[in-house]
Amino acid sequence: MKNGIWTIMKKELTRFFTDRRLIFTTILMPGVLIYLLYSLMGSAIAGMYTPEAGVSEALVANLPASIAGRGGEHSLSFVEIEGADAKQYKQEVAEGGRTLLVVFPEDFDERVADYTAGSGSAPNVEIYYNSSNSGSAQAYQNMVNLLSAYENSIANKFDVNAGGGTYDLASARDTSATFFATLLPMLLMIFLFSGCMAVAPESIAGEKERGTITTILVTPIRRHDLAIGKIAALSIVALLSGVSSGLGTILSFPKLMGGADLVDAGVYGPREYSLLLLLILSTVLLIVTAISIISAFAKTVKEAQTYVSPLMVLVVAIGITAMFGAAAESPVLYLIPFYNSVQCMAAIFSFEVVPVNFIIGIAANVVYTGLGVLALSKMFQSERILFSR
Amino acid sequence: MGEILTVRDLTKTFRLSARQQRREGSREKYKTAVDRLSFSVREGEIFGLLGPNGAGKTTTLRMLATLIRPDSGTALVLGHDIVREPDAVRRSIGFLTGELKLEDYFTPNYLYDFFSELHGVPGEVRGARKKMLFERFGIDEFADVKVGNLSTGMKQKASIVISIVHDPSIIIFDEPTNGLDVLTAKVVTDYLISLRRQGKTVILSTHIFSLVEKVCDRAGVVIDGTMAACGTLPELCRGKSLEDAFFDLYTERTGVRV
Repeated sequence: MKNGIWTIMKKELTRFFTDRRLIFTTILMPGVLIYLLYSLMGSAIAGMYTPEAGVSEALVANLPASIAGRGGEHSLSFVEIEGADAKQYKQEVAEGGRTLLVVFPEDFDERVADYTAGSGSAPNVEIYYNSSNSGSAQAYQNMVNLLSAYENSIANKFDVNAGGGTYDLASARDTSATFFATLLPMLLMIFLFSGCMAVAPESIAGEKERGTITTILVTPIRRHDLAIGKIAALSIVALLSGVSSGLGTILSFPKLMGGADLVDAGVYGPREYSLLLLLILSTVLLIVTAISIISAFAKTVKEAQTYVSPLMVLVVAIGITAMFGAAAESPVLYLIPFYNSVQCMAAIFSFEVVPVNFIIGIAANVVYTGLGVLALSKMFQSERILFSR
Repeated sequence: MGEILTVRDLTKTFRLSARQQRREGSREKYKTAVDRLSFSVREGEIFGLLGPNGAGKTTTLRMLATLIRPDSGTALVLGHDIVREPDAVRRSIGFLTGELKLEDYFTPNYLYDFFSELHGVPGEVRGARKKMLFERFGIDEFADVKVGNLSTGMKQKASIVISIVHDPSIIIFDEPTNGLDVLTAKVVTDYLISLRRQGKTVILSTHIFSLVEKVCDRAGVVIDGTMAACGTLPELCRGKSLEDAFFDLYTERTGVRV
């Protein structure tokens, strides 16, 4: 029966694509959720680092003439205090009633003028602030900037990058490449795995749990047709789920980076995208096969999900390896399942694909999937696996 | 009429888990569910396997349907060995048992087509056969209702029809009337008789005496995994009712008076 594979695939796909609830939870929701989540995170991060508008009031003891006029350009206004009861004011800063307390040494200007670098101790300015209060932390930063600027202005020996020219010679392509190669492999692996996780246990352990797989097994369908049909159909669904998550991520990147134009997925051309698609396909096949085999051991869907979790942790851990710099060079390493996918992804994103390694990686995935299909077919013949209670 | 199915010394042992051992109050690690069982079924007859729960009837039928493998012994189904040629056996039998479930999400209509495809039934044959079977079992009324929303009787009717989409010459039914109301049970019983009329061979397992008396040409009594008696109904009953004959046999075999 040649079309056994197609018959099984058709049934699995019909089961999925005629169920609006499943389409929503497996394909639409992951992308939308990730997009919303990352966008929200992006605006939250951006909000945290945007200087607060408005002028902060700083209490100043012994305000020197040289500093008094400089507050405006650093969003600070100075309120002079006399006979400094520092303790009282410090308490107020600690409690949030005041933003900043700055204590200059008496005769600050004279002492600065008399001081030569390397001889004795330099005049010290004490700035008291409360880092848990964002207003106070901001005012502290402004005050430090003001003093540094002043210090530079009185003892300027040389400048660094003072002209208006572009000094960072990295192109947008390089910046994006580094960024994506570090972060995306792990995220992609997580999304692909989640996509497979959403469908494979249900289709294998679920059918076993409900006794519907036995009905199929009493028909003359070949066991490997059943295994291939299931894996192929599940891979299609898992791939769509992974693509949805991937799109959600890529679209939300600009927002996640606070609108920075440093990263741009547009730096990748058709070559990178087709290599990526090929790689993702082979990876999804392998993940689906692995989860299917584990699920076949389980008696219920719940049990299957429990059995699969350690694999998920492992895959995420392997995904993290992409964060440690350049892709692995030894071709042998590309035989290691999952690790090869992560490394190939990193190589694609950083424009450093080594053809031999890439081919070994894809071939390894395909071979492992084939072996997995054989194992799953054997399991479909094992009464211990199918009928154990 | 020749023998269409021959069972020779079929034996199946299961490993008991620690929990099962406790439940059975036994320290034995293995339980012999079917013990050197032999019988044969002739073409065109309805053969009954009669026995109490746990006697090994379902295990025997599962072996005949190639779902599980015997430890020793074998059976020939239309000349095909159940161990060596499972695919050929699956093609020639229709198997129905309570453990074969239909997916709740699909309709009888869809599932009929799906299983026809798995059996390789050509499209034009499938349509005509479906029409005939759906009419016969009254499935037309709920052909497009998801299985999950059907009653027990409707599900059983759908299961029966789906087990015979390929028009097999041997039909193996495990407790086909279990849990059915009298009306649905009658539809099933009548159908078994009509299958015989079409020249089909039916093997059915049951613990319902009246069903055996009503439809079976011959029957085997299975007690503790062995064939306690086998023959035509008059041979089995020896002038008594089937029920009395069975209990006598049971007491004789197990030493337990019922």
